Amino acid sequence: MSAPACTWLGRSVPRLEDGPLLRGLGRFVDDIRLPGLLHGAFLRSPHAHGRLTAIDAAAAEALPGVHGVLTYGDLRRVLTCDRIPLAMPAGAIRFDVDPFVLARDEVCHVGEPVALVVAESRAVAEDALALIGLEIEPLPAVVDPRAGLAPDAPRARLDCPDNRVAATEAAYGDVDRAFAGAAHVVREAFNLHKGGGHSIEPRGVVARFDQAERLLTVWDSTQMPHQAKRALVRTLGLAEHQVRVVAPDVGGGFGPKFVFHPEELAVAAAAMIVGRPVKWIEDRLESFTATVQERDQHWTIEAACDAEGRLLGIRGDLVHDHGAYTPYGVALPYNSATNLLGPYRLPAYRLAISLCLTNLVPATPTRGAGRPQGTYVMERLLDRLAERTGLDRAEIRRRNLITPDQMPYRTPLRTRDGKAMTYDSGDYVECQRRALALAGWDGFEARRAAARREGRWLGIGLANYVEGSGRGPFESAAVRVGPSGTVVVTTGATAQGQGTVTMLAQVVAEVLGIAPERIAVVAGDTNASALGLGAFASRQAVTAGNAAHAAALAVRAKILQVASAWLEASPADLELVDGRVQVKGVPGSGRALGEVADALAGAPGLALPAGVAPGLAAGVDFEPEGLTYCNGTHVVEAEVDPDTGTVAITRYTVVHDCGRLINPMMVEGQIVGGVVHGIGSALYERMLYAEDGQPQTGTYADYLLPTADVAPRIAIHHMESPSPLNPLGVKGAGESGTIAAPAAVASAVEDALRPFGVRVADLPITAARLHGLLAAAGGAAP
Amino acid sequence: MKPAPFSYHAPTTRADLLALLAAHDDCRLLAGGQSLVPLLNLRLAGPAHLIDITRVAGLDGIARDGEVLRIGATTRQRRAERSPLVRAAFPLLSDALAHVGHVATRNRGTIGGSLAHMDPTAELSVVALVADATLTIESARGARTIPFVALPTGPLATAIAPDEVLTRIDLPLWPEGHGWGFAEVTRRGEGFAVVSAAALVALAPDGTCARAALAVGGLVAAPARVGEAEALLARRVPRDDRIAAAGEAAARLPAESDLYGPEAYKRHLARVLTVRALRQAVDRARGGVRD
Repeated sequence: MSAPACTWLGRSVPRLEDGPLLRGLGRFVDDIRLPGLLHGAFLRSPHAHGRLTAIDAAAAEALPGVHGVLTYGDLRRVLTCDRIPLAMPAGAIRFDVDPFVLARDEVCHVGEPVALVVAESRAVAEDALALIGLEIEPLPAVVDPRAGLAPDAPRARLDCPDNRVAATEAAYGDVDRAFAGAAHVVREAFNLHKGGGHSIEPRGVVARFDQAERLLTVWDSTQMPHQAKRALVRTLGLAEHQVRVVAPDVGGGFGPKFVFHPEELAVAAAAMIVGRPVKWIEDRLESFTATVQERDQHWTIEAACDAEGRLLGIRGDLVHDHGAYTPYGVALPYNSATNLLGPYRLPAYRLAISLCLTNLVPATPTRGAGRPQGTYVMERLLDRLAERTGLDRAEIRRRNLITPDQMPYRTPLRTRDGKAMTYDSGDYVECQRRALALAGWDGFEARRAAARREGRWLGIGLANYVEGSGRGPFESAAVRVGPSGTVVVTTGATAQGQGTVTMLAQVVAEVLGIAPERIAVVAGDTNASALGLGAFASRQAVTAGNAAHAAALAVRAKILQVASAWLEASPADLELVDGRVQVKGVPGSGRALGEVADALAGAPGLALPAGVAPGLAAGVDFEPEGLTYCNGTHVVEAEVDPDTGTVAITRYTVVHDCGRLINPMMVEGQIVGGVVHGIGSALYERMLYAEDGQPQTGTYADYLLPTADVAPRIAIHHMESPSPLNPLGVKGAGESGTIAAPAAVASAVEDALRPFGVRVADLPITAARLHGLLAAAGGAAP
Repeated sequence: MKPAPFSYHAPTTRADLLALLAAHDDCRLLAGGQSLVPLLNLRLAGPAHLIDITRVAGLDGIARDGEVLRIGATTRQRRAERSPLVRAAFPLLSDALAHVGHVATRNRGTIGGSLAHMDPTAELSVVALVADATLTIESARGARTIPFVALPTGPLATAIAPDEVLTRIDLPLWPEGHGWGFAEVTRRGEGFAVVSAAALVALAPDGTCARAALAVGGLVAAPARVGEAEALLARRVPRDDRIAAAGEAAARLPAESDLYGPEAYKRHLARVLTVRALRQAVDRARGGVRD
């Protein structure tokens, strides 16, 4: 009789978000329509680098329908500081390269905002842009970070003495001795490119300033409304109660909407200056040039192993393209460096990391956040060592995997918060074993031979990964039951389509015995939750999920305490079922939760029941002890046409372990989306710039996202190794699908072309690039 | 991403259309809009007048007239692709159309719009070239016809004058039992081609090529015929070595590097795809297969 009537955790509950969205009832930033709303458009730098010498706005201001043409000087008058203080604390950062709200006297990338036109319509605002006279004296641009680090390189920014904005390292063990005693050493250079976030909904802001109350309300397509509020409070000189930031329905984040961009401040400041609400919706051209993205890393690296294929050490250099500003510290390349370890034992390691300022839009994390690159490098090195030692690629991995008896496994590296990077749980050996079995690794040679008889070239590849998820320091959630019986969850977590609302509703439903669809979740509103961070680092099920869980348990305890008195039954004999608290096994014996809430709402002068504190509510800020590590194995089969260099992925298998599953369907959705994003990085996505820093791939005709017709069917198998670090035992799932995909695809492509002697190193593996490799290797199978 | 102001016109008769073109400078014609509308929104095109020709009576339709297939310029690509008449009379066009953009864009995009836009990678241009298509171009000054080969004048530029409109595409039919082939490499899955190749082959009873036509697109601003290959196939049996030689001839065509391929890669694709298209065409001609 102790089991609840139904449990909600671990069930593929249909997403609560989908009904309104599918019926066109979503409310995105562009759906916010206010009386007197004006529309903004940004004049952006056409040069990658230059000195801003003059802006002539007279003709634009004279255009009918234009309410203002604002430049840096205009906005500065309502700001408290020259630059937007954004930099995440990082000791390694040498220079202050925070951005200005609009370019002040130097432009540092194509697309940098220079002026803001506010007009009756977006079309009129864009007409006005064409009338602004902009004088920029071009300066030499830094586009390639390797060239940017040369002593005689031009400076990407006139306010910095050189371009090496940070230098750091990840290192432990005696790596040189490891190499000295190695049986095998492989060396390789990897030039890696990773794509942007490319959410369907671009960025967007609506800002309204109520002069009478001095109340600024900003609807912002952001992952981090509380951070945006902090930035607005600080830069606009307002108090916390005067700024409200709301992230309404957000059509995808994938990383870039973590960053507070200058436009978010510019639009808010403009609303204060013109005295009317202002809307700015980023168009796709702007997304390509002004939204942060991930880009290039150049690795020069070597790996050593003993005669049995056991890793002894890895050492090398990483040059990272940082872009023109630094809103994200050194986190991106540091993630790459630390995630290189993956699920393997690596006795010694030394990676020197240089971050180079370039005249490109800032590079900050997109889904995977640098981890795919680190994983790619490790997995490619293992493939090389497999070849060198004659071991099967799966076998050399098996020999190096951390085993379950070593859990929790403390690596010698430290995470961003200074704690030891410690893998909390997981069975990496079993994960790989299952993936190989499900993918038919052992039967592949027969498939390969059959395909060869048809003139087709098949290859198979695999990759393992871990991902540190659930990053702190905290997330907030509160659970309230009102006299109406409605359960409302408020949280500092945010939703961009990943199912945050459903996830939290399931967690609370489990504790309160009420169906998820009867639970309202309010996320993304700084007025609803005093504290909050938001979406990054695959963290919200871990942090907000456990916060909501703890809060719901506190509410449950109050319910039981009150009901125990009312029903004259021990709390142990009570159960919460379908919105009621009742004596176990006696339906109809109890009271509705709303009645408990009504009693705890109090009546004037009367005592509260059972000596319970007022209100049927509890709020919890959950602080995770440390990162919790999910893991997985991807196995890919690909067909390569050696005559054209084209690649088709024919089979894809994922075994994935993100601890206890809250909603398997939503996890699978995350994995599929992540894998496809990773396939994009592996084969298609490439933001190209000319030597002068002009973007060459500014539309989706030129910048190739992975589309449905090139996405394979992805078979997913779950393992569940609960995390010991949080009561729910959950781990993050949002980014993991992306992490192993490029490595696994590269392994499969290289395997298909093994008879040609092709070695795949650089990403993306475009058809033209692969053809070049084939031609260089002689172009013909032996 | 809003277009600059323009005047919108939607004539319903050919006479009104030609009068509008004569009356206004700086016109652009809007048909399916799959290329022009993005250009307008990006402000890469900013005409004073936009003339929507999709309501003009008599500009669409597919008909066989003796040994010619006549296709009205505003015929939607998807309609032509699914047309039994096209499939029976000019199967190369049906096959090539299946590679144009995506189904969603083909539902809107028109045959004439694609040709007049003259994208260097357009599949329809390759077909029009290999088929010796004739284009009818009209203006208030009268009508004229030009061979397709005279249409391109540069990147995204054609011989259609500002006051003219492309109204019809005529494809001279190949004999019953001819073979056809189309092959391309795209940037990614469905969508823009990097290089594409089309082949038509008619065999004489003795197995020699009575006629052979080959064209390759994507190498430079406009597609090119592989004349050298056509000459070496003429009146000869299309043996494997000659098919290979045809590919080598295609690889000698001029090519320009772009984001999707250095010149050498494009020439390589010209060779590979010409061989594939020609092989298909020869096999079909030999088998007399109509699939």
